[in-house]
Amino acid sequence: MAHVTFKGGVFPHKRKRFTRDRKLEEYLPKGELVFPLLQHIGGAAIPVVSPGERVLEGQLIAKASGDISSPIHASVSGTVRSIEPRLTVSGKQIPSIVIENDGEYEEYPIPPVRPWTELEPGERLRSIREAGIVGLGGAGFPTHVKLAVRNPKRIRYVIVNGTECEPYMTSDYRRMVEEPERLVEGLRIVLSLFERAIGIFALEDNKRDAITALELATMEELRSEVRVLETKYPQGAERMLIYAVTGAEIDSTQLPADAGCIVLNVETVYAIRQALVEGRPLTKRAITVTGKALKSPRNLLVRLGTSFAELPEVAGGYVREPKKFVCGGPMRGMALPDLNVPVIKTSAGLLCMSKEYLFKPSACIRCGACVEVCPIRLLPAKLAELAAEGKEDEFRQIHGMECLGCGSCSYVCPARRALAPTIQGMRRSLLAQGKR
Amino acid sequence: MEEKKYGWSFPHVKGTMSTANIMRMVLLALLPAAVFGVVYFGLEALFHMIVCVVACMLTEFVFEAFADRPLAVTDCSAAVTGLLLSFMIPVNAPVWIGIIGSVFAIAVIKMAFGGIGRNRLNPALSGFCLLLILFPGYMRDYTFGDLGSQTLLGQLLQGETVDPLPMILGNTNGGIGQTSAIAILAGAVLLLAFGIIHLRIPAACTLSFVAVLILFGDHGFDQLYLTTQLGGGGFLLGICFMAVDYVTSPITKKGQVLYGLLIGILAAALRLGGVEEAIVYAILVGNLAVPPIEKVTVPKAFGQKKMVKVHNDKSGGTA
Repeated sequence: MAHVTFKGGVFPHKRKRFTRDRKLEEYLPKGELVFPLLQHIGGAAIPVVSPGERVLEGQLIAKASGDISSPIHASVSGTVRSIEPRLTVSGKQIPSIVIENDGEYEEYPIPPVRPWTELEPGERLRSIREAGIVGLGGAGFPTHVKLAVRNPKRIRYVIVNGTECEPYMTSDYRRMVEEPERLVEGLRIVLSLFERAIGIFALEDNKRDAITALELATMEELRSEVRVLETKYPQGAERMLIYAVTGAEIDSTQLPADAGCIVLNVETVYAIRQALVEGRPLTKRAITVTGKALKSPRNLLVRLGTSFAELPEVAGGYVREPKKFVCGGPMRGMALPDLNVPVIKTSAGLLCMSKEYLFKPSACIRCGACVEVCPIRLLPAKLAELAAEGKEDEFRQIHGMECLGCGSCSYVCPARRALAPTIQGMRRSLLAQGKR
Repeated sequence: MEEKKYGWSFPHVKGTMSTANIMRMVLLALLPAAVFGVVYFGLEALFHMIVCVVACMLTEFVFEAFADRPLAVTDCSAAVTGLLLSFMIPVNAPVWIGIIGSVFAIAVIKMAFGGIGRNRLNPALSGFCLLLILFPGYMRDYTFGDLGSQTLLGQLLQGETVDPLPMILGNTNGGIGQTSAIAILAGAVLLLAFGIIHLRIPAACTLSFVAVLILFGDHGFDQLYLTTQLGGGGFLLGICFMAVDYVTSPITKKGQVLYGLLIGILAAALRLGGVEEAIVYAILVGNLAVPPIEKVTVPKAFGQKKMVKVHNDKSGGTA
């Protein structure tokens, strides 16, 4: 079968061999743990503990503030030291609960779990919500909101996004190789909410072991299957993925549900299973700690709240001087000026680069390479020019608001222009003004 | 701090293509034609090429140094301009003619508009155009060896019957780099293979050019006639290296096809009117038509198709 994909896109070096064969290992944090109250899209969580209080692993420390919000649980046992603004990955100070780790990992008693098959759909959603599950691929949209679509019967596909198209990142791959049965069970739980949907594991064709593992695990499943896609960036972007799997194109104002799809990240599906089968809330996640600066890059199961600064040590320390730290993959990740920020629900990896790669932009030569690769069929060179001049109306007229922000245009630009960041900056400022 | 900013925004890796790489690839692709020109026309041809390239690069350097612009001459784009300009000059023309064309191309057409990426017209073609207007005597004298001052195409346009075979290999008279169809096409294939140019513009040009000639050329589908028209007057050099010039062609895919078709039709019309350098004027007119072409060929974004309309009501219906 020809591997389906979308038009455009780029082929960056994958560099996944650093960590693809390293098993997920659990890492126990040393210092204090920081839990920002806003780790998701929506309202910030409200603390339910106060400084000086002792908390146990898995205990609720902040409750959801509304419908679109998500609770936060302690990932270690220890004492709440303070609730104060702390620096986060985004570079902003966000109020956070700081917990002193006592190193005992005493677990909060888990109430007896009823088998999920006996629960009502509404109760299943509530369990997902109470476990604090959000989109763990990076978006951080509360999963219970995503799953509570108006008309569940219109959902035809539940797509598990296992494409992991970012270079270097392998944590999703390890999950799929190591625990395919659990992922299939997680997908079964989601499918139980949508009676007419089929489940699809969407993977890029460079993840052969994961494809095999999932194909074996879905052999007996009537409603789920594995779909192999071409290895190309940004294959894992929601809109591109939906197009590759179903052929439906959605624009930036639409939700996957408009195309009859629900798209969930591998890690999210894993967390859903853990919440409904074991009754455990989301307290840790898989993270790839990698990069040329590290001695032995690896995949870790990290407790949320752990400081990024502890992770390079776990990966054998540095062999080259690290020049730049990136939270996430090199295409869409965020540069970290300071490593003393906590791992949050949406952090997928830590990349320690041994080169800084300063890209000095030169004049645009209108080569059209950005137009060739734009998966949304935009004119990035033109949009960036308009954005730099602040021409809002023209920017919107040539569909600037549709930009995914995948960065493919910046990647190919021979003049090394920062096209995607410029366009995204304009797009964000227009969205903030409520203009579409 | 300013430098930091480039490094800290995503993506944190980049592809290997750079402007200088692209220009060097174009120079490499021009090499077969240059080598053929030197071998066939002798060292005078090499002299012309060197003079034009040096004059172009020097002009750009002087401009950038004195106008306090960022030094971009190292990206070799001026060298490409110079080489292309020299390719169109007849071997007997005096050397200073190349200098005039080069200085005009770079100083007036390229740098005065703001340097690389900002010029509206193709510099090499504009330089050549100026030379044609100022020195038609030198520029139309293609005498070489025992070949007369008329090229094969010139003879054809005067109503004679010619054998276009020498045009394919290149052993005929003409501009020093544009006589050999094989050498030019070899370079074009190289650029196509490396994805530096796309087939859209050259293909659209050829298609409309041939179509117009067949319909209105009074020769019907006469292969000898068509081959002479395609092979002469720098047509191949024009469509493979100058019409595809990034800066002066549209960036939209549909726009490129339109632009190609327009150039082909214009070139054919001028040829039928007896103008030998039809492609030069056609491309320059095409260059001027780029902004309106781009305006009408903005592609529809992903997802903005029929299905969208059905669901759009809930989001305010603006997208």
